[in-house]
Amino acid sequence: MTALIDMASWVLLAGGAVFSVIGGIGILRMPDFYTRMHAASITDTAGMALMLAGLMLQAGLTLVTAKLVFIMVFLIITSPTATHALARAALHDGVRPQLDHDRRRHTEIEP
Amino acid sequence: MRYLLGLIVGLAALWLLLSGHYSPLFYAFGTGSCLLTAWICWRMRIVDNETVPLHLLAHAPVYIAWLGWEIAKSNGDVARRILSPGRSISPTMTTRRVGPATDLGRTIYANSVTLTPGTVTVGLRDGLAEVHALTDANARDIEEGDMDRRVQAFERRGGVRDDHSHDGG
Repeated sequence: MTALIDMASWVLLAGGAVFSVIGGIGILRMPDFYTRMHAASITDTAGMALMLAGLMLQAGLTLVTAKLVFIMVFLIITSPTATHALARAALHDGVRPQLDHDRRRHTEIEP
Repeated sequence: MRYLLGLIVGLAALWLLLSGHYSPLFYAFGTGSCLLTAWICWRMRIVDNETVPLHLLAHAPVYIAWLGWEIAKSNGDVARRILSPGRSISPTMTTRRVGPATDLGRTIYANSVTLTPGTVTVGLRDGLAEVHALTDANARDIEEGDMDRRVQAFERRGGVRDDHSHDGG
């Protein structure tokens, strides 16, 4: 049973690592600031969640797991807030997105 | 009053799980810091249905499960696009009139959009959300508004409360 949980934990940790690396590759490959943010959000969500889930399996039903759950909850709330602030600041500062389609109904947020 | 009570209970639970030291001295410290925090929040007049969304608590698991599944799907999609050779993206910006009626509901919607890989809310003003999407299909998903309807349903089940009634003084 312990070995089984250990194995599941390794799979999750490895999966988290893979998604984090994919996010990193995406940040390098994407053409502009805004598309890079989408790549970074892979590290933020899949990478983070799988890693923390793997660590929770290592910790078992202890207070450490409760703390890991808190870390996950706080990251889920703060990371999109930070991403939004970053994107808005970039747009406000005149970083123009390279777009294939622009279906905005108004452009008041753009400078 | 129930929001203030909810805040204190929440703070106490957070403290108990984070501390791990269970002796009278530490209980006293915990009680003191929870009450101090609750008092500061009450004094700042921020103890209301936005900061302590008790009404949404019971319905949160359903929404979180749905959102988790959506995030998993878009993670797979964006990861594939990152790894596939050549250009497989079509960056698109679009606007959508958001459905949720309350500020809290709109924030949940905008944050959910941003949390999902492939879409980022870059602006939210006058009930219009401006979204940058990695692909045309991602943008169409936003325009079709499945997530929007989910947040509306979540908000409705909790009972829409737009009043900013504050506890006490």
